[in-house]
Amino acid sequence: MDILPAYPAWLIEHGAALAVVLPLLTGAVCAVLRSERAAWIVTLIVTGACAVVSFGVLLTIFAGEVQIYEMGGWEPPYGIAYVIDGLNAPVLFLISAIAFIGTLYGIPSVTAEVEPGKRAPFYGAFLLCVAGLLGMVVTGDAFNVFVFLEVSSISTYVLVAMGASRDRRALAAACRYLILGSIGATLFVVGVGCLYMETGTLNMLDMSRILSEIGGGSRVALVGFGFIVIGLGLKLAMFPLHLWLPGAYAHAPSFVTVFLASTATKAALYLLLRFMFVVFDPSFEYDTAIITYVITTVAVAGMLLASLQAVYQTDARRTLAYSSIAQVGYMLLGIGMATAAGLSAGYLHLINHALIKGALFLALGAFWYRYGIMRVLDFRGLGQIMPWTMGAFTLGGLSLIGVPFTAGFVSKYNLAMAAAANGWWWAVGVIMAASVLAIIYMGRMLLVAYFQPPPEVDGEAVAKNEAPLLMLVPMWVLAGLSILIGINADWIVHAADGAAMVLTAGGGVRP
Amino acid sequence: MADFLIQVNPGFIIILAGIICAFVPIHGVRKSLVIIAPIIAGWMIYNALREPLAASHVMQVGPIELITMNFDRLALLWGLVFCLAGILNGLYAFHEKCGLTDSSALIYMGSAVAGVFVGDLIMLFIFWELAAISSVFLIWKGGRKAYASGLRYLAIHVFSGVLLLAGAAMYGQANGGDYTFGLIGLDSPGGVLLLVAMGIKCGFPFLHNWMQDAYPKASVTGTVILSAFTTKLAVYALARGFAGESVLIYIGAAMTVFPVFFAVIENDLRRVLAYSLNNQLGFMVCGIGVGTTMAMNGVAGQVAVHVIFKSLLFMSMGAVLYRVGTAKASELGGLFRSMPFTTVFCLVGAASIAAFPLFAAFVTKAMIISSVLYEHHYAVVLVLLFASAGVMEHSGIKVPYFAFFSHDSGKRVEEAPWNMLVAMGLAAAMCIFLAFPVYGYHFLYSLMPSEVTYEPYTGNHIVTQFQLLFAAMFAFALLKRLKIYPDERRAEIIDFDWIYRRLGYQLVRWTDAMWTRLAFHSGRVRDDVVKHVNARLYHVFSPAGTFSASAPSGLAAVLTGSMLVLVLIVEYLTRL
Repeated sequence: MDILPAYPAWLIEHGAALAVVLPLLTGAVCAVLRSERAAWIVTLIVTGACAVVSFGVLLTIFAGEVQIYEMGGWEPPYGIAYVIDGLNAPVLFLISAIAFIGTLYGIPSVTAEVEPGKRAPFYGAFLLCVAGLLGMVVTGDAFNVFVFLEVSSISTYVLVAMGASRDRRALAAACRYLILGSIGATLFVVGVGCLYMETGTLNMLDMSRILSEIGGGSRVALVGFGFIVIGLGLKLAMFPLHLWLPGAYAHAPSFVTVFLASTATKAALYLLLRFMFVVFDPSFEYDTAIITYVITTVAVAGMLLASLQAVYQTDARRTLAYSSIAQVGYMLLGIGMATAAGLSAGYLHLINHALIKGALFLALGAFWYRYGIMRVLDFRGLGQIMPWTMGAFTLGGLSLIGVPFTAGFVSKYNLAMAAAANGWWWAVGVIMAASVLAIIYMGRMLLVAYFQPPPEVDGEAVAKNEAPLLMLVPMWVLAGLSILIGINADWIVHAADGAAMVLTAGGGVRP
Repeated sequence: MADFLIQVNPGFIIILAGIICAFVPIHGVRKSLVIIAPIIAGWMIYNALREPLAASHVMQVGPIELITMNFDRLALLWGLVFCLAGILNGLYAFHEKCGLTDSSALIYMGSAVAGVFVGDLIMLFIFWELAAISSVFLIWKGGRKAYASGLRYLAIHVFSGVLLLAGAAMYGQANGGDYTFGLIGLDSPGGVLLLVAMGIKCGFPFLHNWMQDAYPKASVTGTVILSAFTTKLAVYALARGFAGESVLIYIGAAMTVFPVFFAVIENDLRRVLAYSLNNQLGFMVCGIGVGTTMAMNGVAGQVAVHVIFKSLLFMSMGAVLYRVGTAKASELGGLFRSMPFTTVFCLVGAASIAAFPLFAAFVTKAMIISSVLYEHHYAVVLVLLFASAGVMEHSGIKVPYFAFFSHDSGKRVEEAPWNMLVAMGLAAAMCIFLAFPVYGYHFLYSLMPSEVTYEPYTGNHIVTQFQLLFAAMFAFALLKRLKIYPDERRAEIIDFDWIYRRLGYQLVRWTDAMWTRLAFHSGRVRDDVVKHVNARLYHVFSPAGTFSASAPSGLAAVLTGSMLVLVLIVEYLTRL
């Protein structure tokens, strides 16, 4: 199937810039629109366009090209360059596609959860957030990363706070997220400052070149590295720095939770990979030390402790939020191995987890939309009264556990094989243990939904009330994809191997 | 057409017919399938005989080559006689309207034929197990009393299959991934496992009880079918894998002797026949142990005639059971008046098993005993001669005597149905033909694995055999006259299976009771521990727990700061 020739040349050439600029500009337009319906249509068109464009970009990357786009024709190091390679092209497409799928879901969900007057600005903030995340991913300029990080973060605080009309606790959660997110962004920009001091450039390719020329640089680079790791670690909810995440996921509007869970942490994780393996290189001993000791430790701690925490949650969204922290642990474990196979498996899990968690949170949103369900105990009889939604939830849940023929199995299996190949047999054990915990916390919900009768109101069982089509389609697309990957994972493993190839190009990673 | 067919294992055709049978509701169609399928399979074997080199087929499954068809002279006689037994069984069971029996009998038959013609251990395992699973339905058709026996039968045979697979895996590993089924020998642990697996199916001493347990309990037609295939498949496997292993000579000799005593005191005549079957297998195992050309020819011939006369005997007892409703010696007698044809056929079968001159086993049994003699195992020859006399006693005299003569039980029943008579008549004719001095046994010789020169009808041999037989008859008459011969009584005989049916059962029950107690107490301890651990975990991880306590943002900021410090310290240490 060759779609690439169908794209006009200019679209591919300017694709990366378009994907960022389009939502950035229309976001401002949306914010002042009066009609929420118009804002929704604009958002749908823009995110759809972003998805189409980034798909074209992804195809050119698969065809073996690396795109360097100079913003406004200014050559780096004076201007800002967008660099697209095998590492960020899949994430770029992932984010824009999830944004599009999520927007479809927006019409029922946002109408139900956001105050009438705030709906058009809500879409505006959402578009800004999309623009910020896409910008973080495509830009090749370290300071520009910080700018987009802030664009996406600030709009995210707004989006989380919008959940207040459904749940007042969203305000506190947003405030907390704002404080911690700002700390993270500050640490990051301090780190970038240190790097600028050391190398005299903000362009990441130049930084990488200069750093390897001076063998990792002085203590300034070293300190900068530490700040960047912790700053990004906070953004991607690395285990002890995850405190903002459960509240934000649990109280934000469903639509926002879906988008955040599938993309925000993933974009930050992408940046961590970029800085650890491309800008810096594991051939610097301090980089390897952090990867081996710090990243691996927090990965394992996160996988086990966050999973345990998920087991004991009563709120379904919080359960999935803690599960997300545990899943970030899986990805970090892949990074911690610092082998090509481990990186590929971690990257694969990044993509698979975005699909799985997207489907799960979409289903949770549908449960709330129809029956106001938030607690696990209230899942009673959902297998009967919302069979299709529950079906998608079940597929997602099985995939999260890692049942064979699901996406989760593919990435966990690859991760376990990478660990075994690396001689880390204990890590295989940890993966198994965390998967068993996943069986417990997902199984708990599935058991309640399928094996308990629906609640009765006035002596009659609650009537069947399936979610609207606009909700069902997105969640089944994601759930179906996760099964599809489980059956034939070759194409996505190919993409992950491509990403790992970019990461290993520096030479510091064992093949 | 024929070129293609020649590569197909004839057993597959029979199994296919069995599967079709399972879905065909019309009795007539099923019955014609039951009779036609073995005829087609027999024709295919005959075709393969004409072009033995072309008759092979290899299927590649993953890394293993499975030989689905492998024709040679050793397999020939087994394949043909299995098909013949299939036709006889089809005729014998023609009156019975039971789809389950038809279909499972066909699949069982087909597995046995397929098992004979496959060329590697993996395929052998598949049909070994298929034969066990499909045949258990024939036992279960014997009524409610047969249920437990069927389960024991299934368990033992599945276990035998598992041993076979384990042995095959070990043997294949040791041979560098070569699973071809040829001479195996006992010099590897895999070989020992394989021998035990085959020994179970073949009824080695102490492994034999399933036979006397299950066969008499199966349905009238079921027993006839069962008696022909399972054990003979095992004999084939032994002949192929362990020819010339001298330990088999002694195992075989033991097998010929010990069933004699049980057979003499047993009351259920079908059970007597099951013991006698065990004893006949002993001769074959013994011959395999000798392993010379003559011995192997004798074994192959003995298998062929044995399948026929043993079927004949089981068919006659089945006919009695079908008409009278019992096969207990204590309740039968004098039936020759009402069932004259059956009586005659039974007598032919009895004469055949006892190896009267002109009757089937006369030629082949003599070949086995002579080959043992030529290898100078004199003690074993004496044991075999004693066992031959024993055969004469319990199968040649006891079975027909108590069923058809003896004191008149006063039962007046109809003659057996026509189809049973036809089947028995055919078998009886074969019994006589295959030992007939003119053209008869020469035909059998022509099908044996190798060239035969043995001349059975010498004056010396005939006289010896008559002496032996008449001595046995005389002993029977004398004992009967002196009233020493054990009376036909309704009694349970305690065989080795008491060990697992009573002692083992009680042991299991005791263990179960103790286990229940232990489980109760350990369960309480476990529940306490789980509760305690769970409570601790809950205190830490639940939404109300310390871990989830909503820490103020300041604290989170401090945590972030300390992580930063930690990272910087690690980095600093690497630069030291």
